Amino acid sequence: MARIKIALAGEGGHGVQSVAKILVEAGYEAGKQVLYIPNFGVEQRGGVSIAFCQIADEKIGEPRYSKADIVIMVSDRAIDRCSTYVDENTTVIYDSSVCTKKPEVKAKRIIPVNANEIANTNPELGARVFNIIILGVILEATKVLDVEDIKSAMEHALGKKFEAKPELRTKNHKALEVGMNLLKEAAV
Amino acid sequence: MANVLEVKPDLAQAQCAEVGASKFCPGCGHGTILKTLAQVIDELNLNERAVFGCDIGCSLLSWNYMNIDTVQTHHGRTTPVIYGVTRANPGTVGIAYMGDGGGLAIGSQHLVNASVRGENMLILLANNTNYGMTGGQMSPTTMPGQVTETTPYGRDCSITGKPAKGAEMIAAIADPEKSYVARSTMGNVRGLKKVLKAALENVANGGFSFVEVLSVCPNNWRTNNIKTLERLKEMEEFFEVKEFITPAKKEEV
Amino acid sequence: MVKKLITQDTRMFLTGNEVIAYAANAAEAEFMYGYPITPQNEIMHTWCKLLPKTEAGFLQTEDEISAGFSTLGGILAGKRAFTATAGPGNVIMQDAQSMAEMMRLPFVCAVMQRGGPSTATVIYAQQETRLTCFGGNGEGFRIVYSTAGHQDLYDYMIKAFNTAWKYRFPTYMLADGYQGKMREPVTLYDPASRGISMVPTEAFLRAEGKIGVDRDATHLRNTFNLEEELMEHLDVYKEEYERISPEIEEYFEYKAEDAEVLVIAHGIVARSAVTAIDELRAKGIKAGLFRPITIRPLPVNPMRAAVKRAKQVLFTESANGQLAQMCLEKLYGLTTPYSTLFKMGVGVTGDDIVSKVEAMVKEPATV
Repeated sequence: MARIKIALAGEGGHGVQSVAKILVEAGYEAGKQVLYIPNFGVEQRGGVSIAFCQIADEKIGEPRYSKADIVIMVSDRAIDRCSTYVDENTTVIYDSSVCTKKPEVKAKRIIPVNANEIANTNPELGARVFNIIILGVILEATKVLDVEDIKSAMEHALGKKFEAKPELRTKNHKALEVGMNLLKEAAV
Repeated sequence: MANVLEVKPDLAQAQCAEVGASKFCPGCGHGTILKTLAQVIDELNLNERAVFGCDIGCSLLSWNYMNIDTVQTHHGRTTPVIYGVTRANPGTVGIAYMGDGGGLAIGSQHLVNASVRGENMLILLANNTNYGMTGGQMSPTTMPGQVTETTPYGRDCSITGKPAKGAEMIAAIADPEKSYVARSTMGNVRGLKKVLKAALENVANGGFSFVEVLSVCPNNWRTNNIKTLERLKEMEEFFEVKEFITPAKKEEV
Repeated sequence: MVKKLITQDTRMFLTGNEVIAYAANAAEAEFMYGYPITPQNEIMHTWCKLLPKTEAGFLQTEDEISAGFSTLGGILAGKRAFTATAGPGNVIMQDAQSMAEMMRLPFVCAVMQRGGPSTATVIYAQQETRLTCFGGNGEGFRIVYSTAGHQDLYDYMIKAFNTAWKYRFPTYMLADGYQGKMREPVTLYDPASRGISMVPTEAFLRAEGKIGVDRDATHLRNTFNLEEELMEHLDVYKEEYERISPEIEEYFEYKAEDAEVLVIAHGIVARSAVTAIDELRAKGIKAGLFRPITIRPLPVNPMRAAVKRAKQVLFTESANGQLAQMCLEKLYGLTTPYSTLFKMGVGVTGDDIVSKVEAMVKEPATV
């Protein structure tokens, strides 16, 4: 791995930036070079929220890139906004249980996952861990970080909540696992 | 006659001897206000604690008038410079000196917010009802019907709104616990001295003070001595001269 | 005396705005005056969060006009004070910056550029380059460091205080919304561990001693009666500015020695250029970078030397040639042709530069 460029996009309030923060924190703790730019518009809520992440072995130059290696789209508007970051070397992952359309792009691969549906139907999960399922998907898709790195970054970000409600930890770990398996299954 | 000219003016310690004759126009009110301020600084022994900031407009001419540390600022910006000083160096007795334009027009947001926050400083506003330095335009405090360069047919309040009453406004928003707000007049120097003393004592004790002084501008008003004082009397009727807020008396220890 | 938080080398993963607050503390800054504007808010947030530990001061003012002027007040009181702003805030703060320039006050400001003109975007741009260098009604007797990432933010924020207090010209750290909001690893350190000692501050007002006995009263002014009086002052400023410029000028070159296509870029765009140059070199195209770190004053001699060596020059910015205009004036007389890649208020990526340089190789610039 020289450098992997990830764009993660969803609606404001989806928890896209929280997930991106955990991802890059894990990368940092694992001793990688990381660079993360949250796309922040004027609106704090309700807009498309994009996280531009890079994880690399060597010092990262450009903070923003033209094309990403992996683009994750979890809403229709995310598809509209982020198709510009896709080229024939990009893997596109979108949530088919949120989006009402397929990304019409020329990509290396286009993979549908139904993270939202699973979050809402699996009694062990719930709507609030939707973004963690997506994190599991990214983890499996990028394969540059270890699941343990992610778990410790989750402790860093959510540790206080976990201490107050230990079942949240179980739930989040489960969501991560579900997300990873989701991509394994989808990729078959 | 020669003897009279040889009599040295009675200068306060806080007035610069080197500046010599007043740089203000003949009959201007600034000299009286500043001289009274200097006397009060002497009486309260604040010469080394005071920092004097002067606005742009005629008040800028005071930049080397006072024998205390002085900084000239920009038009309307004396208030933030002085609270910048007192915030960074508590114990300083900050004095921001300005006219009605600098205080109530271009610098009004600073005046309002400094009052609300209770910044530890004296805002001293000389109200002569026009922009003197720039040639006598209408200011927020120009009197109804008053002729200025931008109201050549007299101030028509149906177009311009009514004159701003600075002291009333500040009295309405300043913290009564720690603020001193008053309007005085150069027509009563003894009264002015009393007000400035109370204002500076309050600042020296950590409070916020606002003093508006009714002043005169015979040069731009185009008035002779008699007419000037008549105009000042009219102003004293229009702008109420009184203490609006005096800080809550501290328990004597 | 403020308490310094960083006493030994500390590797951290921070946003740029956080880095700036830590750097100001490392530089023993005593007071921040500020007003909220995106994308610099987290400088204030971090500064405020750290106050119980640092024992420094903070004032949230009513606008950027007062943030600028109260910063001058803090400096007049002899404190190592600073502020930070962006976009429209930088515009209305020019009033105070101009006073600092005239009165030679060691004003320090972090500018986190956002899109312009007007409110535009809260995200990113390089459109305050000219404003920061030459804003206000004056001659631009200012020192501006343009940073390209978090280590720069830390290094140059510390340096800005020393430059300002040593030379008494307003000093800026010009960064942008990307640098403010992005996260990357950075090493924080105690300046003393790098042999950096902070230039001592002194009070402009209320110096020691009794007025009229130990010292005269201080009278500071920015207004003059006569044209000639003004020019006498400004001639001195100009002479000093030009004399100290060689001590201040900084630049960074990357593979510029044998570059046939020389990219001239500042700030974060220069980082994209590094990515592009590696890619271009891998394709056999001899590209290189000249990055002025001080964009005011510009490192003119090394820039002219690099341009002279190259066959073509590419100016690229997230603005419509604000740096290019400043450089071109200083490159007068050279004949190396140039081309431009300007994206107003938008990030320039490595790919953008690669495509542009490839096109220039195929069809050389003629201007």
